[in-house]
Amino acid sequence: MFRRSEQDKRPQVQIFVDGVAVAARQGDTVSAALLASGQDARRSTAVSGAPRLPYCMMGVCFDCLVTIDGVGNRQGCLVPVAEGMQIEIQKGKREIGR
Amino acid sequence: MSGDYDVAVVGGGLLGSAIAWGLGRLGKKVAVLDEGDITKRASRANFALVWVQSKGLGMPAYTVWTVQASQAWGRLASELKQQTGLDVALQQNGGFHLTLGEDEFGQRAELVKRMHNQAGAADYKMEMLRPSEIKKALPLIGPEVSGGSYCPLDGHVNSLRTFRAFHTGFKAFGIDYFPERPVSAISKSGGEFRLTTPEGELRAAKIVLAAGNANQTLAPMVGLYAPMGPTRGQVVVTERTMPFLPHPLTTIRQTDEGTVMIGDSKEDELDDRTLKPSISGVMADRAQRMFPHLSRLNVVRSWSGIRVMPQDGFPIYDQSETHPGAFVACCHSGVTLASNHAFEIARMVAQGALEPELVGAFSASRFGGAGAANSSGY
Amino acid sequence: MTVAPKREDYDVVVIGAGPAGLAAAATSAEAGLSTLLLDENIGPGGQVFRAIASTPVTERNQLGADYWVGADLVQSLRASNAEVIHRATVWSLDRNLDIAVSIGGASAFVKAKRVILAIGALERPFPIPGWTLPGVMTAGAAQTMLKSSALVPDGRTVIAGQGPLLWLLAAQILRLGGRIDRILDTTERGNYFAALPHAFAFLTSPYFAKGLSMMREVKAKVQVVSGVTELAASGDGQLASVSYVAGGKRETIPTDLLLLHQGVVPNVNLAMAAGIEHRWDDLQLCWSPVLDASGNSSVAGIAIAGDGAGIGGANAAVVRGRIAARAAVDALAPASAAKLPATMATLRSDLAKAERGRLFLDTLFRPAPQFRIPSGDTIVCRCEEVTAKDVLDSVAIGATGPNQLKAYRRTGMGPCQGRLCGLTVTELMAQARGKTPQEIGYYRLRAPVKPITLAELAAVPKSEADVKAVVRG
Repeated sequence: MFRRSEQDKRPQVQIFVDGVAVAARQGDTVSAALLASGQDARRSTAVSGAPRLPYCMMGVCFDCLVTIDGVGNRQGCLVPVAEGMQIEIQKGKREIGR
Repeated sequence: MSGDYDVAVVGGGLLGSAIAWGLGRLGKKVAVLDEGDITKRASRANFALVWVQSKGLGMPAYTVWTVQASQAWGRLASELKQQTGLDVALQQNGGFHLTLGEDEFGQRAELVKRMHNQAGAADYKMEMLRPSEIKKALPLIGPEVSGGSYCPLDGHVNSLRTFRAFHTGFKAFGIDYFPERPVSAISKSGGEFRLTTPEGELRAAKIVLAAGNANQTLAPMVGLYAPMGPTRGQVVVTERTMPFLPHPLTTIRQTDEGTVMIGDSKEDELDDRTLKPSISGVMADRAQRMFPHLSRLNVVRSWSGIRVMPQDGFPIYDQSETHPGAFVACCHSGVTLASNHAFEIARMVAQGALEPELVGAFSASRFGGAGAANSSGY
Repeated sequence: MTVAPKREDYDVVVIGAGPAGLAAAATSAEAGLSTLLLDENIGPGGQVFRAIASTPVTERNQLGADYWVGADLVQSLRASNAEVIHRATVWSLDRNLDIAVSIGGASAFVKAKRVILAIGALERPFPIPGWTLPGVMTAGAAQTMLKSSALVPDGRTVIAGQGPLLWLLAAQILRLGGRIDRILDTTERGNYFAALPHAFAFLTSPYFAKGLSMMREVKAKVQVVSGVTELAASGDGQLASVSYVAGGKRETIPTDLLLLHQGVVPNVNLAMAAGIEHRWDDLQLCWSPVLDASGNSSVAGIAIAGDGAGIGGANAAVVRGRIAARAAVDALAPASAAKLPATMATLRSDLAKAERGRLFLDTLFRPAPQFRIPSGDTIVCRCEEVTAKDVLDSVAIGATGPNQLKAYRRTGMGPCQGRLCGLTVTELMAQARGKTPQEIGYYRLRAPVKPITLAELAAVPKSEADVKAVVRG
């Protein structure tokens, strides 16, 4: 859906999406890295289970919710990636203790 | 808004709606007069418990009335489901009140003892439990929980959906619902009541005042008395999470949608447009001490609402001697008592008289000096 | 990297580091006032200057000269003594100017003598059938990715809607080598006539020449369909196609990415929760705060600057930020006002210049009713998945406004707190009830205006009285 422009010379950052290594760039938000990865990053809603991807990318819509380093329902569009970060695509309601 | 009605119900919150729905169910021609979008409406701010334990200390009749309501709730839920297709998610598998620290445990135990010793109250098997026993039902409680009380009759419901179900049911019963029609004056002439609203006058053979704290102002117009003492309460609610709480608590419940509601405060402040984050903070702190895993959940909203509260805390159901056909009904527990309002109060209003053996204890005559001005203020 | 505020009290707290906030904080600090700037994003710039200090897009002409103006603002701010905290989400502001802000998972509490809200705008909801499908995003979302991560669309991409941002985005995507298959322009034909009386001001504004050349640049490379009157996205769990009607003719095109845009509207949640009075703006079709000429709101001590004060664009936002800050300086340290480079009179004349042409744009790009007021199964509330039909059913059983609707249907009760459905709900209910949006009203908003963890809420400083209000034996 998206690809990186060649002029982007930022250093790579490795994150893991459901256990699979993904190359992000320093300064990417989690949501941007997911959309650039080409992986299926669709979460499913807590209400009906409908699939969603980020809509606004500016912290407003909450369709980018994702589990980051074990903490559920975080806004991926507001969190910068970090080396080794563990991302899990969230399905349905947030689990207890996550 | 033309046409005569058998009954006009003033107030379209949960209490007025339950009575109106019950009257419609009996074939009465009913009008409901309600306020608009921004009104002090406890029906959308409440905590949604169908609650028995600790109700009625100082008035055994209230305990009996509450137990009866709890037992009739299943019938109400199933009739609403059948009529509207809406499942109000009634769950009555027992509820807890948890305590933090020994002082709170001791205070709660004392209350339970006083309730048991009160003559004339229904026995509803409220008992004190220690954490080891509570853990069998609520495995996620934290180490600070010192124990709590449990009552097998307690439960909860989706109160917003109940509210919607009543209003949906109005259509099927031919009940006319008139929002944005606050009643400013009531008179009786020619054997019928005339209610003044901004959209004109409405006539009805009988009226039920179900306007919450505003009953205090309306009641004297028809020879009734309803001294109120409203307070403000705050509620905090989290995002949806997987089911973790199989029983409701006095201050924590998980809705059928998955959100966790955390209550509640009691404040003299009566502005429901604002709230005090520091009070929400106390509630949040207690909730995470009761269930430590809640600390990571996100709070998505909080609100404050004004409790409908008769001055002594007990319901008021009364009928006018000077204006026969005029009734007043107000109480704090509009959710718990909804079944009684829909079935019993509606039946008595339809008959034309309240039955003393059922609701005599709730007459405002208990306040003495009826008609005396009081300044609880709202 | 997440730091708490250094003090508990500030002369001025500015919320939001977009054009207005950057200008306001720099001005306030230059005059010697203790100034704290709180911003939710990773770096300064807000949306219009997003990633201004970190963008990987190094070829300056690709983002355009207007973008790089932001770098000067950031430089001025950094040269000042203002304290700046990013990734800081303000979740409560009240009439006492007490502020609660979430930073790195913990909350801090500060008090201000004056608060300048520079909370900006968000894109107007665009509730068409299928707008919740993966693959449908706002144009602003694509622009954010372009500026901050040099990401461009590379699948079959359609941009639909109207307004200056849409053309700017299209030009930027093309300059960075991205793909756009088609642009569907939803501007109503009648708007061109309605906007005519305001054309002179526009023609003599800087918007005109820039806008025209950008549209030429885009039209040379992309097929543009104008007069689009219907629009729908469809697909099974993922966007597959976009169908539209233009000139009475329906067409369906296979699509991987649909970018929607029909203008921006003030981001009202924090301001409304603080109790600031808002009115419905009939031209801009949104809620705008009631403000005086210096941006002061109905709550004493709180001013609003930038697009949160009513949409005016980036240039106006900068000036409004300076005006609000200058008013704060006049009130708190009148002797220091002389230090500031521009007088209030100069600033007001700058503002008039910056706002030139706005009326034309507002009229021309006023979105059509069918794209604001949906029907049938189209989702209105994305969080709670409530449809237009659900809303109308609620009106039929007696809902008179958004708050009763919440009780019936949970609209606005999800995590976005009404930001993506509020305007739609108000307009839909107004239409159904034959009332004005002003009469229908808006959701009653309260803290927290952004979700915070229960632990953060529990950490709020509490008094004995607060505890007593909850623990009642």
